[in-house]
Amino acid sequence: MVFKRKTEDEVLQTERYQINLGPQHPSTHGVYQAILTLDGETVIDVENVIGYLHRGIEKLAEDRTYTQIIPYTDRLDYIAAMLNNLGYVQTVEKLLDIEIPERAEYLRVIMAELQRIASHMVFIGSFAIDIASITGWMYNFRDREKILDLLEMTCGSRITTSYMRIGGVAEDIPADFIPILERVLRELPEGLEEYDELLTGNEILIGRTKGVGVIDIDTALDYGIGGPNLRACGLPFDLRKVRPYGIYDRFDFEVPTGENGDSFDRFKIRLDEIRQSIRIIEQAIDNIPEGSVKSKVPRNIKPNAGEVYHQIEGARGILGYYLVSDGSTKPYRLHIHSPSLMSLGVFPEMTKGELIQDAVVNLASIDIVLGEIDR
Amino acid sequence: MLEQFTSIGIFIFVGLGFAVSSLLVAWIVRPKRPNPLKMSTYECGLETRGRTWIQFKVSYFLYALVFLVFDVEVVFLIPWAVEFLKLPWIAFIEMFIFIGILVVGLWYVWKEGALEWK
Amino acid sequence: MESLFINIGNLCREKVVELTEVLNLPEAFAGYFMVLIYAIAILTFVLLNAIVLVYLERKIAAYLQQRLGPNRVGPRGILQSLADVVKLLGKEDIIPRAADKWIFRLAAVLVIVPTVMVYAVIPFGKDMIAVDLNIGIFYFIAISSTATIALLMAGWGSNNKYSLLGSMRVVAQMVSYEIPLVFSMLGVIMIAGSLQMSDIVAAQKDMWFIVFQPVAFLIFIIAATAELNRGPFDLPEGEQEIIAGPFTEYSGMRYALFFTAEYANLISTSAIAATLFLGGPSGPWLPSWMWFLIKVYAMILFFMWIRWTIPRIRIDHLMKLNWKFLVPLSLVNIFVTGVALKLFSGW
Repeated sequence: MVFKRKTEDEVLQTERYQINLGPQHPSTHGVYQAILTLDGETVIDVENVIGYLHRGIEKLAEDRTYTQIIPYTDRLDYIAAMLNNLGYVQTVEKLLDIEIPERAEYLRVIMAELQRIASHMVFIGSFAIDIASITGWMYNFRDREKILDLLEMTCGSRITTSYMRIGGVAEDIPADFIPILERVLRELPEGLEEYDELLTGNEILIGRTKGVGVIDIDTALDYGIGGPNLRACGLPFDLRKVRPYGIYDRFDFEVPTGENGDSFDRFKIRLDEIRQSIRIIEQAIDNIPEGSVKSKVPRNIKPNAGEVYHQIEGARGILGYYLVSDGSTKPYRLHIHSPSLMSLGVFPEMTKGELIQDAVVNLASIDIVLGEIDR
Repeated sequence: MLEQFTSIGIFIFVGLGFAVSSLLVAWIVRPKRPNPLKMSTYECGLETRGRTWIQFKVSYFLYALVFLVFDVEVVFLIPWAVEFLKLPWIAFIEMFIFIGILVVGLWYVWKEGALEWK
Repeated sequence: MESLFINIGNLCREKVVELTEVLNLPEAFAGYFMVLIYAIAILTFVLLNAIVLVYLERKIAAYLQQRLGPNRVGPRGILQSLADVVKLLGKEDIIPRAADKWIFRLAAVLVIVPTVMVYAVIPFGKDMIAVDLNIGIFYFIAISSTATIALLMAGWGSNNKYSLLGSMRVVAQMVSYEIPLVFSMLGVIMIAGSLQMSDIVAAQKDMWFIVFQPVAFLIFIIAATAELNRGPFDLPEGEQEIIAGPFTEYSGMRYALFFTAEYANLISTSAIAATLFLGGPSGPWLPSWMWFLIKVYAMILFFMWIRWTIPRIRIDHLMKLNWKFLVPLSLVNIFVTGVALKLFSGW
């Protein structure tokens, strides 16, 4: 007697069902909703639903002066406010074509890289908690706290910094800032070693992330994702290196890349980038000149009519600002190219066919911030 | 023997009594203000999508079958293990032939890929 | 100190016997009445310990994560869990409209019953077993596995997709890990030659079984963690994916019952581990019940340490670990134990 092997579908019909992941869900990193179509534990289809955090920042900007927009950029990617500030003020400076003092440039680099470290730490922490390693999360937030304290020293607030100004930075750093910064930079590698022991080397974490949520280079480029997520696919594309803005061409640092473009690479690459950022800050401390921190910029900024696009390497990818001026004190149009939105686009693609547990880890691994996606 | 199991019965009674009495105390002291929103099903703050009681894909169906075989094996193994030291060596070999057959079964299931979570 | 609780028990027994004589009840009633007293005493012990454990878990997690943990209610937050109990008592009991109301209600009651029943055979100290069944371990295995049904009822009755997913995971996990759990016990049973708890404790007079059965102990720990649904095997409650699994819709005292059952299971499983592998209540200098408590708490702390260090395993890896590693390994362990026993005791 010959048994003909039947496929599972022929023998047994199972029903698919839809489930809401979010907006009120422990691991959606903000108010984001994914409609998952599941068959048992397997994800068949994912549908992104965004817009819960829409505040209309781009529209609000049309009714504000160029300087007044700076605080709004804090609220875009609220985990990396300094970088948003930097991107915006550099865009306006490009539009006005003004030079800024050396010291301000160095301060901007220090702050931006500090913010990048803090942001990557939030990533590592939230990645750890989404993989249920709550202790790893706490360790990251312990170290991030030191950086937030430094930010508080310079601009008085920890998250919404509004530190950059058109033509420089708001204020010079306090006298004891550099010694404390040097101490923090010495302490950070110890913390990184701890994460390596607790997370990177963990068999379960490796088992759950290696080969999971793979994005190949072509898909990544098709979806236009950038930053660490793109570099994890193996392409060393870093705007700081490829199209240096500010004074980034003066620093010596490497662009870490991944191999497979899976969740593990995306996790590992951020750890490496923290190390590179520490290197940049160390060089900046060595070379920072004395002098003023703000160039003379008129109180009422009135750029000539025209348009400008500027992009920087944000913590999550390519952060671009497109600014159109009609010659008045207010911009005619501000558009923000947000890296998280690009990354989120690829989430359904990378998650289809994997388990619901992987979906959560994949979502954590592309490091989205909803404030930036919904704007 | 029977006495002992009556005592176990007392434990069931105490367990039930604890559950019921704690719920009773809670029933007395807790507020009772139900409203339709409160009593709706939680699904991340939205209306639930579609039915829940569906033909769910139990991926562990084949595991459950293998489990059944091994669970029955356990029932045979336990009396054997208790008397192990007193049994002649032939009983030892017999039992391992029995386990051996099951191991072959496990190997077959393994080879056929039934131990993969799909 | 040694016979403190036994003396208290004897005192109670005298009173009970007097009472039965006064009331002209059959003699057997005195025995049953004593078991009732034991049961209530054990229940009190378990509940007190569960309250301590909730506090301990939070504190230990906090110290592992370099933070303070609860520190507001009472000195060092000691009264935190008591405050939580009061809070849970006062919480509204919400039953979703869509739920299957009777299954939903019954699940919370049923989950606690096997939990309490298991304690009947646990040797709290020398001569301190409530019911010294001759099939002690078998009873433990049989009763503790019925908790699966209560969790499945909770998940299915809630009519919530997260609960459904969670309860399906409960079944897959608890059913699978029962095999290595039982197999790891078999080695101990073979050496002890009995299922009775008192015999197993007596057999470890000279040497703890962990020395003879290190592999079995390892398998037992892994399988027990999975049976307890604790990290890294906390898939049924995987809060990142399925909110709280079968407990998603529960609130107030019903939720508290699940929670109590969880911690009570933690205590009983640690107690079984201590009895089977760590010599039970035996030990020098200190009274036996104190030794038992020390061993149980050592096990509990170990479980907590694991939980707060390791991330959660994925469900296919969970199954792979069980069927492709633990089950074959435990079979090999039984074989090796058998051969070694026969060799040392002569064919």
